Amino acid sequence: MKLTLRVWRQKNSNTQGQLEDHQLDDVSPDSSFLEMIDDLNEKLTNEGKEPIAFDHDCREGICGMCSLVVNGVAHGQDRELIKAVTICQLHMRNFHGGETIVLEPWRAKGFPILKDLIVDRGAFDRIIQAGGFISVGTGSAPDANASPIPKKNADIAMDAAACIGCGACVAACPNASAMLFTSAKMGNLNHLPQGQTERYQRVVNMVTQMDKEGFGACTNMGECEAVCPKEINLDFIAQMNKDLITAALKGIGPTV
Amino acid sequence: MKNIIDQIKVVEGSLNSAVPEGRIQDVWDNHRFNMKLVNPANKRKFNVIVVGSGLAGGAAAATMGELGYNVQCFFYQDSARRAHSVAAQGGINAAKNYQNDGDSIFRLFYDTVKGGDYRSREANVYRLAQVSNNIIDQCVAQGVPFAREYGGALDNRSFGGAQVSRTFYARGQTGQQLLLGAYQALSRQAAAGSVKLYPRTEMLDLIVINGQARGIVTRNMVTGEIKSYLADAVVLATGGYGNLYYLSTNAMGCNVTASWRAYKRGAFFANPCYVQIHPTCIPPAGEHQSKLTLMSESLRNDGRIWVPRNPNDTRKANDIPEAERYYYLEEKYPSFGNLVPRDVASRNAKTVVDEGHGVGELKNGVYLDFAESIGRLGAHIIKERYGNLFDMYTSITGEDPYKVPMRIYPAIHYTMGGTWVDYNLQTTIPGLFSIGEANFSDHGANRLGASALMQGLADGYFVIPYTMGNYLAQAKSEKVDTNHPAVREAEAGVNERMKKLLSINGKRSVSSFHRELGRVIWDNVGMARTDAGLRTALKRIPEIRAEFWENVRVPGSADDLNQSLEMAGRVVDFLEFGEVMALDALHRAESCGGHFREESQTEEGEALRDDENFAYTAAWEYAGEGKMPILNKEPLTFEYVKLTQRSYK
Repeated sequence: MKLTLRVWRQKNSNTQGQLEDHQLDDVSPDSSFLEMIDDLNEKLTNEGKEPIAFDHDCREGICGMCSLVVNGVAHGQDRELIKAVTICQLHMRNFHGGETIVLEPWRAKGFPILKDLIVDRGAFDRIIQAGGFISVGTGSAPDANASPIPKKNADIAMDAAACIGCGACVAACPNASAMLFTSAKMGNLNHLPQGQTERYQRVVNMVTQMDKEGFGACTNMGECEAVCPKEINLDFIAQMNKDLITAALKGIGPTV
Repeated sequence: MKNIIDQIKVVEGSLNSAVPEGRIQDVWDNHRFNMKLVNPANKRKFNVIVVGSGLAGGAAAATMGELGYNVQCFFYQDSARRAHSVAAQGGINAAKNYQNDGDSIFRLFYDTVKGGDYRSREANVYRLAQVSNNIIDQCVAQGVPFAREYGGALDNRSFGGAQVSRTFYARGQTGQQLLLGAYQALSRQAAAGSVKLYPRTEMLDLIVINGQARGIVTRNMVTGEIKSYLADAVVLATGGYGNLYYLSTNAMGCNVTASWRAYKRGAFFANPCYVQIHPTCIPPAGEHQSKLTLMSESLRNDGRIWVPRNPNDTRKANDIPEAERYYYLEEKYPSFGNLVPRDVASRNAKTVVDEGHGVGELKNGVYLDFAESIGRLGAHIIKERYGNLFDMYTSITGEDPYKVPMRIYPAIHYTMGGTWVDYNLQTTIPGLFSIGEANFSDHGANRLGASALMQGLADGYFVIPYTMGNYLAQAKSEKVDTNHPAVREAEAGVNERMKKLLSINGKRSVSSFHRELGRVIWDNVGMARTDAGLRTALKRIPEIRAEFWENVRVPGSADDLNQSLEMAGRVVDFLEFGEVMALDALHRAESCGGHFREESQTEEGEALRDDENFAYTAAWEYAGEGKMPILNKEPLTFEYVKLTQRSYK
């Protein structure tokens, strides 16, 4: 099929970007979205032009590297057609010939653009570094079955831990809030007995870092949950806020 | 060309595996006692570079940071959490025997050596089985949400045909969860300042000074800056080389560059021909295909594999009557049926497709049919077991496996070969270590399911932190800075290569060469190899390489974010590495594990080992540009495991 791609081009973080149109004449409906961009890049290379820079790696929806806003929707998914996928798993049969597809990077203050469609998501790493871990050194662990964990809790922890850190939640949020990402890590650790010791310090530190990175606040729009390729639930944000209040009542301040 | 094998220079007795004396059960404990320690106050004076942030690299960097070393960790992704360990689905083995079904450290050890078709080093494998239990403890303590039973205890399953249930798992995302555990430990050290992280930074050369590994040359993939980092030791945790095949289940960025650069600096490369092919992947849909997606092996528990008996049958799957279906695995292997090991399932799929029975538009797959299970158990049970896999299959192919059979075909999945290491995981360059999939050590010629995660974490959490101390306590390396001639030479080499790649300005893209190389490797050094095919590969690879250097077009500049240039650098190394791999496969005239030579098979078509002539590890030594590498042999002896021929009839 024939497609027009309207792509964001930007040389680096210090320059202004603009949208640029490209035509593709022979897109296979069986190719993946990123393979379609590969094709375009092959064409640009052969024409002596510079290919479009975009992040991608595993191409099976788990590494969290790919990050495209397609026609205004993070990961381009249309829930009626297809269930919870990253853009690397979306295939071209979900589009129609003659369509114009607009491709943009994640747009958020916390994610500066590096080039074209690539952004810097270092802020997410720094949020985890602020407290998204359990302080246990290698070698000091008790036997794995020493403390039983109710299956239900383990399952909820896993629901939250499924987050791939792609940042679609931030890209979709009108406030560019990183609350779904941040609360998912807490939802993972706080549902396990191992995570209790640092629970309240963790919430204070991670939220403090999240704010420092320039992400906005949550106003319960739910856009994040709607685009999350791992279907992380908004409930985790509520739980995070509850813990944050408890921490305040306990008088716990940030240490980051 | 005819007597290429006779031209190989063979050296015996050159490799010291450094396995301590003693009973295999005691070796690691004794060694831990005998190894030298670094005084706690001195640890921060030692700099250690870790390349790679996956299960092996992330675990190693975090643990050495905890111990007090100054660690720098480099990786090409934008975050340490994205290393390709993240994609492992199935699980991780450990000899916990929580299910009380007769598992033990010795049994896990025995199964792993046997599964590796007797081409691994016994002492390394035993240690792997020993520390497997610590891994599970560690991961649970980190908050890895493993699957649990209703009573709250950890759940286990049997995996890949194992007779015991020793596999721990976190839904179908075990690799992701274990990696996040390591990533969080790493993040904690990054916050503490003991580990410095270098995202989007690629290692492009190794710096060797006075025979010791002392640093790396890197390229900042955002700014293009070439910069050297020096240290007292370097650890490669850079994964496998499956992307040599172009189409594989590896991530797009996986590459052999770090290992290959180390090889050219003197680190021997062992058993490159041992690669694992996974039988259940989605077949390519056309020329545009960029990678292959694995569907968990567990699907074979309930799916029946078949092809039309008549190669010219053009009917849809559901219109082909039962009598005209060829359930080739069930017919050939009545006792194991669809559950034969990975390599057997893969080779048989290749055979039927090569004979023209292939299904799908490109006739490049076989059916994996759930109709019988759905009829017997109900669609809801199948959905419960494989729902997410079925969804993934639908989103990729547009077909509904509840209604029509899946199409599957084998793909490259894991590489058992890698940088040669001794018992301490040190390469043939002092101060250079290699861990995880990057080394060759534990899986022999074939890896068992759920053992890759185990090995990565074993090496990273529980082996390298000890053996590194032993090295540093005795290394006596001189003080060097980045003005050292060896550093200048390595940097100049990197800059020159970059400049050359950008200046060719030919007519073909980098990926077109990668695709062409991959095709040659897949056809000739793939699932079934022949003497003639391997010689073809050895002829074709240098031809492709020569054309590459004359006709490649790499757009953009070196001092910018340039993904074409990154890819070009990796393909350059694949173009050289592929030749050594084909040579290794040619010289090993036996079949073993993932290496199947058609000339060496039993009457039943099984891999036929030749223990008399090939019970050794082949470690290839770089002999200079354009020269044939030297073959160093490490003999393999088996004191604890009895060598047998596999049979799945």
